[in-house]
Amino acid sequence: MKSSSVMQDTGRPLKNHAGLGQTLRNSLTMAYRGLLKIRRTPEQLFDVTLQPILFTLMFTYIFGGAISGNVHNYLPIIIPGILVQTVIATSIVTGVQLREDMDKGVFDRFKSLPIARIAPLAGALLADTIRYTIATVLTFVMGYIMGYRPEGGMGFVVIAGLLVIVCSWAVSWIFAFFGVIARTAASVQGISMIVLFPLTFLSNAFVPVNTMPDWLQWFVKINPISHLVSAVRELANNGAIGAEFTLSLISAAAIVAVFAPLTVRAYMRRT
Amino acid sequence: MNAKRRNEWAVEARGLVKTFGDNRAVDGVGLNVRAGSIYGVLGPNGAGKTTTIRMLATLLRPDKGEARIFGHDVAKESHIVRQLIGVTGQYASVDESLSATENLIIFSRLLGLGRIEARRKAVELLEEFGLTEAAKRPLKHFSGGMRRRLDLAASLIAQPPLIFLDEPTTGLDPRTRSQMWDTIRRLVVTGSTVLLTTQYLDEADQLADRIAVIDRGRVVAEGTVDELKASVGTSALHLRVDHAQDIADAREIVEQVLDVRSSIAAEAGKITAPLADAAQVTDLLIALRTRGIRLTEISVQKPTLDEVFLTITGRGTTEIVQKDLEQSNRTEEAGV
Repeated sequence: MKSSSVMQDTGRPLKNHAGLGQTLRNSLTMAYRGLLKIRRTPEQLFDVTLQPILFTLMFTYIFGGAISGNVHNYLPIIIPGILVQTVIATSIVTGVQLREDMDKGVFDRFKSLPIARIAPLAGALLADTIRYTIATVLTFVMGYIMGYRPEGGMGFVVIAGLLVIVCSWAVSWIFAFFGVIARTAASVQGISMIVLFPLTFLSNAFVPVNTMPDWLQWFVKINPISHLVSAVRELANNGAIGAEFTLSLISAAAIVAVFAPLTVRAYMRRT
Repeated sequence: MNAKRRNEWAVEARGLVKTFGDNRAVDGVGLNVRAGSIYGVLGPNGAGKTTTIRMLATLLRPDKGEARIFGHDVAKESHIVRQLIGVTGQYASVDESLSATENLIIFSRLLGLGRIEARRKAVELLEEFGLTEAAKRPLKHFSGGMRRRLDLAASLIAQPPLIFLDEPTTGLDPRTRSQMWDTIRRLVVTGSTVLLTTQYLDEADQLADRIAVIDRGRVVAEGTVDELKASVGTSALHLRVDHAQDIADAREIVEQVLDVRSSIAAEAGKITAPLADAAQVTDLLIALRTRGIRLTEISVQKPTLDEVFLTITGRGTTEIVQKDLEQSNRTEEAGV
C-alpha cells in the first residue's frame, strides 16, 4: 500500500452536490458498464433479434391481404407500425433488468460512491439504446427483404430510426420507474405489459384508424404512439419532417420530464 | 497527517434509531470512533450491526438520531460523506457479470480517474491484493476470499480516510482470514480509520483498538479490548454433571464459589460460567465433592462471543438467535 495521503489532504474541495459535467461523466461510465454486461451475456439480446424478425413476418402476412389487398401495398404501413411496436416493447426489458440489477450488492456500492444519484439509472437506460438500435435495424432489414422500398430514401430512414430510438429511450423511463418501485422482476414485466398492450394496439400501427368505432378513434388519435407511427411513415415513405415529428419529440420530452425525477426519487428512497 | 486531524473524530453517532415495521433493528446506538484507529462493532446476527453501518455509510436514512463523519452530517451532507468513506458490504458489492479488472476500472472512472489512470490503478490494486492472475476471469469463478479481496480493493480506490468493513471475514477459511487481517492492519498504518463489524471476539481482539458490543439494537458495552476482557473473565468453565437432578444444586455452588452468573443446558446436564482465576477451580471442585455431586466432564475455554454476551447481557448468543428466529417467524406469519 502506498503511503500517499488521504483525499481531503490533496486539496480537492469537498462538494455536497454533483455538477452537470460529473453527472454526464458518471452516466457515461455507467452506460459503459451496461455495454460490458451485454458483451458478457449476449444471450440477453435474443428478444431484440428474434422479435423484429418474427413480428414483421407474422403481421405482414396475416394482415397484408385483408387491409391493403396484398402484402406489398401493406409494407409501407406495417413496417413503421411494427418498428414502433417492437422497439417500444424492447424498452420493457430495461425496467426488468434494472430491477434484477438493483437487487445485487453492486448497487450498494454505487449508492455509497460520491457520484450523481441519477447516473446508475441514466447509464443503464443509455446502454439499452444499443438494443433499440439492433431492433430498429433488423425491422428495416426484414422489411427490405420482403420488398419494402422506402420512398423517403436512406437518409430519412435513418432519421426515422433515430426518432424511434430516442422515443423508446424516453418511454423506458416509465418502465424504469416500475422497475424501481416493484418488488420483483416478474411484476415489472406484468405491469409493463398491461400499460404497453393498449398503447401499441390501440393505435394506427396496424390498421387504418377510420375502420374503428368513433369512441376508439378518439383515443387512437391522442395516443402518442399513433403520432410516432405517423411521424415514421412521413419520414420513411415521404421524406418529410412534419408536425407529427415535433409532436413525438415533445411527447418524449414530457415523459422524461415527468418520469426521470419520479424514478430517481423512488430509487433514492428505496434501500 | 497533521496534529489537528489526530484529535478528530472519524465517526460521531448519537441516538441512531432505525425501525423496519415492528422491528427496532437499531434502537439508540451511539458511537465515537477516533481517526486513525480500528474500531470493532461486535454482536450476533440480527443485533443491528449492518443496519448501523448502512446508516453511517449514507445507504440508509436514520429514523432518529444523528451521525457525523469527520464532522459532516450523514443526512444533510451525504455527498461529502461519500467522498470520505469506502464501504465493503457483508455480501460482495462488486459486479458479478464483469471481470475483476473491469470492476475496478468502472469504480475508478466513477470516482473521477481518467481512462489511463483508472487502468493503472486497477492493475496496481489487483497486484496488491494478489488477484493479478484472476484479473480477466469473470467473478462467477471467484472463491469467496478472492471476492472479498476484490471488494476491499474497490473500497480503497480513492484512498478514503474512513473505511467500513461489514463482517470482512465471515465465511472465509483461516488462512484467507489472516491475510485479510494483515490487509486491514496495513490500512491503518497508512492513516485510514477502519470501522468493522464482526461476530468473532478473537477477530475484534486481533484488530480493534476499541470495541462496542451491540445487542438487540443497543450498545451494551464499550471499551478497549482489555477492558472488555476484564469484564468477561479470561476464560469460561464448562461442567457436566453425572446425574441430571444435581444440576440445580451444582449451578448454585458454581455461582456461590465463583461469584458469577452461569447458564445451563439442562438436557445435556451442562453448566457454563465465566472464570476469572483458574485457582478458583480447586475451591469449586472441593465444594462439589463435599455436596456429593459427581462430574462427568470439566473443561476451561478461552472466552468466546457467547461468554461476552453471557456476562454483559445475562444470556447466551444461542438464546438470542432463537428469540430472533421466533420473532422473524412471527413477523412472517403476520405478514401473510
